[in-house]
Formats: sequence, C-alpha cells, structure tokens
Amino acid sequence: MAKGIWIIVEQSKSEIRKVSLELLSCARAIADAAGEPLVAVIPGHGIADLAAKVAPYGADKVILIDDEKLAGYTTGAYTSALNKLIRKEEPRAVLIGNTAVGKDLAPRLAQRLGVGMASDCTGMEADDTNFLSFKRPIYGGKAFAEVAANAVPVLATIRPNTFPLAEPDASRKPEVVNETADIDAADLKAIVKDVAIAVSARPELIEADIIISGGRGMKGPENYKILEDCADVIGAAVGASRAAVDAGWIEQKFQVGQTGKTVSPTLYIACGISGAIQHLAGMGSSKVIVAINKDPEANIFTLADYGIVGDLFEIVPLLTEEFKKLA
Amino acid sequence: MNIVVTVKQTFDTEAKIVLDGKGSIDGSGVNLVINPYDEFAIEEALKLKEKFGGDVTVVSVGGERVTEAIRTALAMGCDKAVRIDDPALANADEWAVAEILAKAVSKLPCDIILSGRIAVDDGSSQVAVRLADALGVPSVSSILKLDIEGDAATVTREIDGGTELIEVKLPAVFTAQKGLNEPRLPSMKGIMGAKKKEIAVLSLADVGVGAGDVTAKMGVPKFSLPSPRKGGKVIPGEAPDAARELAKLLREEAKVI
Repeated sequence: MAKGIWIIVEQSKSEIRKVSLELLSCARAIADAAGEPLVAVIPGHGIADLAAKVAPYGADKVILIDDEKLAGYTTGAYTSALNKLIRKEEPRAVLIGNTAVGKDLAPRLAQRLGVGMASDCTGMEADDTNFLSFKRPIYGGKAFAEVAANAVPVLATIRPNTFPLAEPDASRKPEVVNETADIDAADLKAIVKDVAIAVSARPELIEADIIISGGRGMKGPENYKILEDCADVIGAAVGASRAAVDAGWIEQKFQVGQTGKTVSPTLYIACGISGAIQHLAGMGSSKVIVAINKDPEANIFTLADYGIVGDLFEIVPLLTEEFKKLA
Repeated sequence: MNIVVTVKQTFDTEAKIVLDGKGSIDGSGVNLVINPYDEFAIEEALKLKEKFGGDVTVVSVGGERVTEAIRTALAMGCDKAVRIDDPALANADEWAVAEILAKAVSKLPCDIILSGRIAVDDGSSQVAVRLADALGVPSVSSILKLDIEGDAATVTREIDGGTELIEVKLPAVFTAQKGLNEPRLPSMKGIMGAKKKEIAVLSLADVGVGAGDVTAKMGVPKFSLPSPRKGGKVIPGEAPDAARELAKLLREEAKVI
C-alpha cells in the first residue's frame, strides 16, 4: 500500500532552495489531514548537514541519497536513483518545484515510473477519490485546468512562490534515513562539463518576492539602470517584456510572459509596459501589481492594483528615494 | 544526419480563451499556429541538415487541422512528415502521447530529436522529455546552443540563474528554448514545394499501439477561467507626491514593501 507525500528537495552548496521549503510547508497540512507521512528526499553529495535545515519545515522523515554522481544535477543519474527508491518505498505523491531541475527531472521520472504528472501547479488540495488534485494555469494563465491522477504515485511540479513558508519549528526532530543511490550506467550518457551562474546580488526571477520590470517605454538598454537601482533598494529582481527583449535592450533570460518566464511575486512593478495579453500571462498571478506608464489607456492599468500615469524616468527614481526612506 | 522534429499545433498566443457549453476550451474560430518553441526546433534541425545532410521528418499527433502546421514546417524546409491520428487519442495525456511518439519515432532513422521546450497551450512541458525516456536515450532540456561532432553533442542548457554546458552521446532529445536561433519564414518556393511533400497519416494500429495500451494516467481535466482582475487605484498628483503616496500604500495598505 502506497503511502506518504514525498518532496524532492533541491540544494546547492549546502543551501536549500526556497521552493522546496514552500512545498514542505504546504504539504504538511495535507499530510496531517490524510494521515500520511511527509518525507523530504534530498539527493546530493556531502549533504549530511541538510537534514537539520529542512527539519523545521515539517517533514516526518528525511531521506538522504548521498552519492558523488548526484553532486550536481544530471537528468540521468537523478532519474535512475529516484526511480528505484520510489519503486521500493511506494509514496502516493512526489512533488518538486517547477524549477530548471524540476521541469527536467519530473517528466523523465514520471515516464520511467509509467505514471501521470501535473506541471507548474498553482494549487494543490486533498481529494477524497484521487488523494490529491492539482490546479494549473494553461494558455499562459488565460485558463485553469484541474487535474487528478488515475495512477500511483502522482508526480507534480509546483510553481515557486505559490505557497507561503511555514514558521520554522526548531523542536521538530524527523527520522533521518540514508539510502544508497543505485544508478544505471545507461543513465550516464550526458556529462555536465561546466556550470555558469551569472553573478548577481539580485534574486532569481522565478523565486523573487518583488520584481520590477521594464518594457518598450524604457526606450533603450542604458535606462535599465534606473530599474536596477530601485531593485537593489527593495531586494527585487529585474524583469522585462518581450518588446524590450526583442529590441535587444536586455537578455532573453529576463523576459516575463507567455514566451518567457512565468512569475508569481508578491509585488510586480511594471514600468513602461503596455500589458499585452502575452505579458499578462506571465505575471497575472502576482499578488500586487503596480503600473507606471505615461499612456492612461494602457491595458496594464485594467489589472494593476496601483497605477501612476506619468513618465517612468521621473517616477521610478523618485520611488527609489521613497523606498530608501522606508528601509 | 537524420533528424526528427516533434511539432504541436497550438492556439495563437493572441487568442482569447473561452469555454464551450460542455466546459471545454472552445477552439472554434481560433487562429492556429505551430507552437512558437517548435519553430526553434525546426530551425535548428534545418541548420543541422544544411551542415551535415540527411532528412528532417516532422512528427505530430492530432487531427486533420494539424496538417496546416505540418505544411508550414515542410515549407520551412523539412522533408517529410508523419501525422498520428486516431479516435482513441481523444483523452490522451502526456504519458500516452510520449509512448505513441516513441513507437513512431523508433521506426524512423534518427540521430537527433528536437522539440520545443514547452507548448504554449497546455504548458505542460513534458512530452519531449518523456519521449526520450520511452526511447531510452538521453535528453537535454531548454537548450540555447547545439554543436554536433561525430556521435556526440555539446549543448548549452538554460538553468535558473545561468547556463550549463553538457556533453551528450547521440541519439538524444533536445528541447529548444527561445534564443537558440531565429526561425526562418517559409519562402514562396518552399510553400510551393511543401504541397508535393509526403505526409503519412498513421493510426495507432499503424504505429503498433493498441487503443487499450494508452489509457491515460491522468484524469480528464476540468477547465475554468480566472476571475478577471480589477484595476485598482490610479494615484493622482504631481510625480513626487504620487511616488510618495505609492510607497506609502505599498507599505501600509498592501504590506508588500
């Protein structure tokens, strides 16, 4: 009989990815309601100290899979090791963040297990007949699909910033178990030769609590500095609309929208962004939206919680100064 | 070098989404296009063909309307196409589509499989990676650069906050991210030539899959539309006053700063 909810925990250099802790926080309540154990599964190498870092977020059990082949993420080694462990332990659900790793690992693992998967979910609930049901945006957030699985386990990737972090509870002492990684040679056909992480003091776009984004109204690449200055005062990430990316003003990795990143920050500040339907698809689930645009008819004002009609080159630096006063 | 490109036909990203009387997504009157990310996959396949020779085969799952998208791919320069169409596919999920594609692709000569990293309709981003697993070949997701030498590829993959350089043995599946290339537009000659290119239409039985072998692992989705967001306050006043008021509202009312 399958049991338990598993969270695949992402880590790098002894740091746990925030979304992994969000999933533990959210799944705790579901596990309690269903009377199921909540298990944090940490693949990696040299990870003994990480059990203590996830413990306060609610896991009943922590499984460490320590192997040098799992030191950095590779599709094959992670799929191989997790597939065998899942077959052995039979959890009912396996959840991971909808990150670069989660998006790559979960479908591969689902196919290996012969099961279904719900991608990029923004809702998850206990379900009497199917254990869990998931809500996920489709058509770039223009509609939602509610899905549940016919097969066990069900896999799902959950969008970062969807669920709040629980208050850490230092008194929690989960059982810690070490499992060995059984990795097939056939799964080692890809080798990561190099990892280049852009050095940035700003948060990663998909996990940022605050994003300040610039569009066509930025008029040129040199003007992103005013957004960066503002971002650094409030700990925000900088984003862009497709118009700005296609104009070559800012790298594609900063693009928010249907053909860019989908983000769900607490606060999204759209500067000089008209609000094309494709852009709204990428940021419409933000909790609070601010629009700064000189065109009072801009579509972005139809969904912004707060708007200022005016020149962003005047307003953004003023806003930066106001934020400094609040700091 | 023989290449397979998987292609999905999707709604135009401009499309407004409405539900029909049965609560399903209403596709009537919607402009259909090749999934934008699949265009990057097609372009990359054509560049490899130009460099190394060989054939590019388009494979797609879907009904008669998908022929339009396939013709566009052929007009861009792909050589031939396979369309898999069967009534048993009505409720196929990502698992089923990957199993079916794997059966179809395994019959084709193929060194490389290229796909878009995500389809802009269901946004599930699963089928290409699942296909790789069903075929038992490696996959690299969300690629920005692809270099082939002999039976190996050196690939740049986008990760959160940066990139990875990956070396992988062929055959392999790659999913294309925006930035990989600039897709070409079909030429007039290409459009004329595409009409003569072969599109094989296969049923599940033709591919070697029984209808009972592809019972979906996921239930049929229930669809809903988001409640429209309402515009809020437009803050009046001169710029300095408006900026001060906005900062105050974000701190005291919205409590997000």
